[in-house]
Amino acid sequence: MNTAPTTPVLSARGLAKSFGAVVAAADVTIEVPAGQRLCLIGSNGAGKTTFVNIVTGYLRPDAGAIELDGQSIVGLAPRTIAHRGICRSFQIPQLCIELTALENMLVALAAAGQKLSFWNSAAAGGNEARAHELLQRFGLEAMAYRPVSEMPGGMRKLLDIAMALARKPRLLFLDEPTSGISAEEKFPAMDRVMEAIAGDAATIVFVEHDMDIVRGYADRVIAFYSGRVISDGTPDHVLTDSEVRRYVTGGTA
Amino acid sequence: MTRKNLTLLAVAAIAALALLGLALPRWLLFLCTMAASHGIVSVGILLIMRGGLVSFGQGMVFAIGGYAVALSVTHLGISDVVVLMLIGTIAATIAGAAVGPLIARYSGIFFGMLTLALSMVLYGILIKSTAMGGSDGFNIPRGTLLGMRLEGGTGDYILYVLTIVSTGLASLAVAIHTRSARGLVTQAVLGNSLRVEYLGVSVQSVMAMNFTLAAALGGLGGALTVLALGHIEPTFSYWTQSGEFVFVAILAGAQSVVAVFVASLALELVRSFSNLYFPNTWQMALGLFLLAIILFLPAGIGSLWSRRAGGKSPEPKISASEREAAR
Repeated sequence: MNTAPTTPVLSARGLAKSFGAVVAAADVTIEVPAGQRLCLIGSNGAGKTTFVNIVTGYLRPDAGAIELDGQSIVGLAPRTIAHRGICRSFQIPQLCIELTALENMLVALAAAGQKLSFWNSAAAGGNEARAHELLQRFGLEAMAYRPVSEMPGGMRKLLDIAMALARKPRLLFLDEPTSGISAEEKFPAMDRVMEAIAGDAATIVFVEHDMDIVRGYADRVIAFYSGRVISDGTPDHVLTDSEVRRYVTGGTA
Repeated sequence: MTRKNLTLLAVAAIAALALLGLALPRWLLFLCTMAASHGIVSVGILLIMRGGLVSFGQGMVFAIGGYAVALSVTHLGISDVVVLMLIGTIAATIAGAAVGPLIARYSGIFFGMLTLALSMVLYGILIKSTAMGGSDGFNIPRGTLLGMRLEGGTGDYILYVLTIVSTGLASLAVAIHTRSARGLVTQAVLGNSLRVEYLGVSVQSVMAMNFTLAAALGGLGGALTVLALGHIEPTFSYWTQSGEFVFVAILAGAQSVVAVFVASLALELVRSFSNLYFPNTWQMALGLFLLAIILFLPAGIGSLWSRRAGGKSPEPKISASEREAAR
């Protein structure tokens, strides 16, 4: 487990976001040190995905500052933030379902290159080998030539994460990486994800609802409720916090 | 197919079509010249359609290419057909590069309507401009090639070869582009534009570039049409002309560049013969033809041979048991 806190990769201070009367984020301040595995927990609508959407550029905060390696990224487009080193996977995998798994990987790798070639294939310049290597790491090599529309949900989830890894991001957001996966498959799936990610993205922020997964894979946990951070610390500390038990885990921890 | 094989095939097809021209009667030679010069405009529409957008205003770049050629002849005294062809292509490319980034910010029907509106604005300007011949347009003399005036049957044949070579090479470039990294990303934009943005690519710039390339093809088509017709008029930019280009693209389907030229030739033939035999109801014959294609070849004429190519795929479809095992 990576526990030693160093210079923050990500620093978000005083983030606020409202949709009309609904407060999705209120004075959210989070620093993520390099190498940490941070888990965001909270009930539906607590503000976890809003935080991810703000940091990755999908939403612009009403107030607050966000810095990646000391440089502001507020107001930048998702593509620019990806160039800076923040990539993400999605709760519902965002893939091109008519393309094969390999083609999806090649799109991700072509996008990660300097510029899109009019002439050379996306497979050129070692991209094909790298695509196969990433698919192999996620156990998807056998599905390389299958259209995504023919892949089961769990595999789509893994492909979604593999694509986010194409850029070797500084910071990787995983939005509910085990959702839609059966209870007995969750730990093997998470093991595979963490193993596959290691080396390409040392700093990970993931959103999770399964508290066993949280305990097993997070160095640090932040609990959200009503757009606010209600607890921040080690998994043991947060999951035994009375407010977290009341508003998030429902007394199961 | 590798890029080398594709190039060899394209060069062989261009050479074969050029030779075939020697055996064609003049009326059919002219029809084929028109089909190729119009078809290349529809290839541009396919390029845009691969990213999920449809332009209903390619008549605009078609007219810009055509007017650039015609005005270069009348005002600058240029007569060389190769130079004129380049002038038409470059003029439309510049227009496409100027408009592309603005309209690429829109998607779906808004993009289509904006392109249509722009082409109709140009039509309105052209029809009011007496300096450019107003609603009647104006004629230009036959061009020259290496100092030789292209007149009579030989002139028609040389123009046909020029059209086949230029549209053939442009189509080859498009086929290579669709197989390139940018071509694959364009397909991904159609599949999931949100993800493409999150992967670090500007969807807007991809579509703007595709629109510019399509404009270049539209300009080439307009230039070749004017060189063959010897006449230009504002209807080049009228909505029915743009609709015809979309009609050919739908007829062809998105699978094949070659299919566009087949569809374009089919359109020219159906139009010519129905105009001859049913002069008052030829549009109805055209409509019935399109209905027949939609009924029997819903994925377009290109699906006739791309279906067969799909059957040769080394990767079989995944079975239910495989899927279950993968789960």
